[in-house]
Amino acid sequence: MYEIVEKKVWFNEIKEFKIKAPLIAEKQKAGQFVIIRINENGERIPLTIAHKDLDNGTINLLFQEVGKTTMDLGRLNKGDFIMDISGPLGTPTHIERYGIVVCIGGGIGVAPLHPIVRAMKSAGNNVISIIGARTKGILIYEDLMRATSNELLITTDDGSYGRHGFVTDELKNLIDVRKIPINLVVAIGPPIMMKMVCRVTEPYKIKTIVSLNTIMVDGTGMCGACRVSVGGRTRFVCVDGPEFDGHQVDFDEMIQRQRQYLTEEKIAVERCKHK
Amino acid sequence: MTSPNEEEKRPENEKKEKRPKIPRQPMHGQDPAVRIRNFDEVPYGYTDELAKLESSRCIQCKKPFCIEGCPVRIDIPLFIKKIKEGDILEAARVIKRDNCLPAICGRVCPQEDQCEKVCIVGKKEESVAIGRLERYVADYEAKHGRFEMPEMAPKTGRKVAIVGSGPGGLACAGELIKMGHDVTVFEALHKPGGVLVYGIPEFRLPKAIVQREVDYLANLGVKFMMNFVVGKIRTVDELMEKDGYEAIFLANGAGLPIFMNIPGENLNGVYSANEYLTRSNLMKAYKFPDYDTPIKRWKNVAVIGGGNVAMDGVRTARRLGADNAYIIYRRSHNEMPARKEEIEHAEEEGIQFRMLTNPIRILGNKDGWVRGIECIKMELGEPDESGRRRPVPIKGSEFEIEIDAVVMAIGSGSNPLVASTTPDLKVNKWGNIIVDREKTGRTSKKGVFAGGDIVTGAATVILAMGAGRNVAGAINEYLVYKAIGW
Repeated sequence: MYEIVEKKVWFNEIKEFKIKAPLIAEKQKAGQFVIIRINENGERIPLTIAHKDLDNGTINLLFQEVGKTTMDLGRLNKGDFIMDISGPLGTPTHIERYGIVVCIGGGIGVAPLHPIVRAMKSAGNNVISIIGARTKGILIYEDLMRATSNELLITTDDGSYGRHGFVTDELKNLIDVRKIPINLVVAIGPPIMMKMVCRVTEPYKIKTIVSLNTIMVDGTGMCGACRVSVGGRTRFVCVDGPEFDGHQVDFDEMIQRQRQYLTEEKIAVERCKHK
Repeated sequence: MTSPNEEEKRPENEKKEKRPKIPRQPMHGQDPAVRIRNFDEVPYGYTDELAKLESSRCIQCKKPFCIEGCPVRIDIPLFIKKIKEGDILEAARVIKRDNCLPAICGRVCPQEDQCEKVCIVGKKEESVAIGRLERYVADYEAKHGRFEMPEMAPKTGRKVAIVGSGPGGLACAGELIKMGHDVTVFEALHKPGGVLVYGIPEFRLPKAIVQREVDYLANLGVKFMMNFVVGKIRTVDELMEKDGYEAIFLANGAGLPIFMNIPGENLNGVYSANEYLTRSNLMKAYKFPDYDTPIKRWKNVAVIGGGNVAMDGVRTARRLGADNAYIIYRRSHNEMPARKEEIEHAEEEGIQFRMLTNPIRILGNKDGWVRGIECIKMELGEPDESGRRRPVPIKGSEFEIEIDAVVMAIGSGSNPLVASTTPDLKVNKWGNIIVDREKTGRTSKKGVFAGGDIVTGAATVILAMGAGRNVAGAINEYLVYKAIGW
C-alpha cells in the first residue's frame, strides 16, 4: 500500500500526487516509469515519474483523467492509498554532455520531461525547452521548467499564451531562423506530436529521442502488449524503452495499437460515471 | 449435470476375459456444454468412495516404479495405502514430506508421463490414478485438516532472498524456512504464485488453492514482497551487499514471450499467450467490466502451439465466447506436448484442431486488425534432435483461415531482467542461467543459486518445484559452510 501524501489539482482532469514510495524514489532515474494498480479489481497502468524527493522518500505522479482507471485515481485524496506500485521500470534516459539539447513537452508529457531536463542540465548541456498545451489553462510545470532550462519557449494551440501554434513551430524557428546547432531533441507528449517533431528534425539529421506510452500489463517484458516496431524490429516499450530513436519508430502502428481497447474503455467509463 | 469421463467405459471388454477387476475410477466434472460458459474448475475431484475404490487398485509393489517416475520421489504406495486405510490426513503427511504443493501438482502434473507411466498395474490395464488421488488427499486435508506446524529447526538468523514466487520459489521457501533461515520471497507482480496465477487458468487451477499454499508458507514465517522487480528496484548485488541477504535463489521462470517473426504479428488482435492469459487469469479480465482490465471476446480465435499453454489459451478463448477456437500446430496430434487430459478436455469443449499446419502470415484489414491467417500444410519428415519427426512444409498447400485474433503459444524464453543486471552471472546462448548441477543450482556467482525454468527453459510445475527443494538443500549447506568460514 502506498500513501498519497499530497494532491494537487492542476486543472479539472489533470492531477498530481505525491506518494510515499522510498525504495522507488531511491532508484528512480530520469525517463523511468511505474505501473500502478489502484485496488483489487483494478487494472495495471503505466505512469511516468515526474519528480522524486529522496529526503522524504516520495515520488510524484501526474496524470490526466482519460479512462476509468485514471478517473478512479483522480477521486483519491490525500491520506488515501494506492494498492500497488511497481517500479522504477524501463531503461533510464541516456544522459551525457551533448551540447545543445532541445526538450519538447506536449500536454502532460511535460511532467516526465522535467526530470530529463534537470539531468541534461546537470550533465552540462545547454537546454532549450519548448512546452505546449491546447490552451493556457492546462499548461503545466511552467515555473519548474523555466527554473531548470536555460531557455523556455511556450506555445498554445489557441494562442491564449505564448506563441500561437504548435511546439513544432518553435522547433522550426530554432532550426531555420535562429540557426541553433541542436545536438539532441527529446520529445514527450501525444503520439502525433512526437511524430511531427520527428518529421521536423529528420531532414536535418538531428537525433531525436521520444518516450512512448503504450498499453502494458506486467511492465517487465513478460507479455509483449507494449510492442512497437523500431527500425523494422519489434521492441518492447516496457524494457527496451520507453525511449527510442524517434526517426526509427513506426508511429502509425503504435497509434493503431493504442486504440485496441477503446470500445471497452467507453463501457468502463460509462459505468464509472454512473457510480 | 455430471458427465463421466470416457475412461469409465473402456475396461468393459477386459472384464469378460479376466477376473473381475476394479476399473480406473473416473473423475466427474462439469459438462462441456456448461463449462464453456464459465471459468469454474472442470473436474470435481474424487468423492471419498471413489478415492477408496481407486486406492484399492494399487498392488503395493515391492519395487515401486512410480516413486522413480516422480520428479520429487513421493512415497506413492504409502500414501495410497493410507487412503485405503481411511487415514487421509496421514496420507497428506506422507505426500507433504516430499511435495509441499500437492493440491497444485495433483492438478497440473503430467502424471501420464511420470508416475502413472511406469505404474505396474498399467502394464495390463489402466494405471492407478495417482494424480487424482494426490489431488483428493490435498483437497481433503484443506477441508478437514488443521494447520500443523511442521518440525522447525531453530532460527539461524541467516537471510535468504528468493526471486520469483512461482512453484520453484515457493518450494524453496518452504524448505528453507523449516531449516530455520530468514526467508523473503520477491515477486515482480502484485500477487504471489508466478505462473500458477498469471498463466494457468482458474478452470484448471483455482487461484484460491494457490493462495492457500502461499498463506501456509506465510504462517511458517516466509515473508513476501510484492511489486518488487529484482533488477530494477534492487539488483542481486544490492540485495546481498546493502540488504544483507547471504544467499539468493533465482527462480524467476521463463517470462519472455516468443513470437514467430512472421508478417502481421503487430496487428491488433495478436497476443502472446502470456498477455492473453495474464489478462484473463491474473487480472480477471474475463470478469470485465466488474474488473477493470479489458479482454476482447472474439468469435474466431486461433491459438498457435500444442502445449499446455496453448490448451489453456484456446479453452480461455472458448469460454470468452469464441464459436471457432482453433489449435494450429505444425506437428501431428501425437507430438502435442500438452497433457493428455488437457487435450481431451479441449476436444470435449469443441476446440478445432488443425494439425500439421503452420502459420506463415497474419492477415490484417485496412484498420490494422487481424482478419485471417495464412497457413501451410506440413508433413512429418525425419526425426529431429528432439526425437520427434520434423515437420516439413508441403509446397503449394497454402490456405487461409478467417479469424479475428491470434494467440502465440509457441513457448517462452528466459527474461533477461535479472541476469542482465547481475554482471558476473553466466548464462547460455538462450539466456538460461548456467548452474553447476541441477541438484545444487550453484551459479557462477558466489552465494547465488538458480533453478526451475530460468535454468532449464520452460518446463513443468513439478520440475521447478523439485529444483526449488533441491536447491534449498544446497543453500542450507552453503550457509553452514559459510558460517564455519569455508
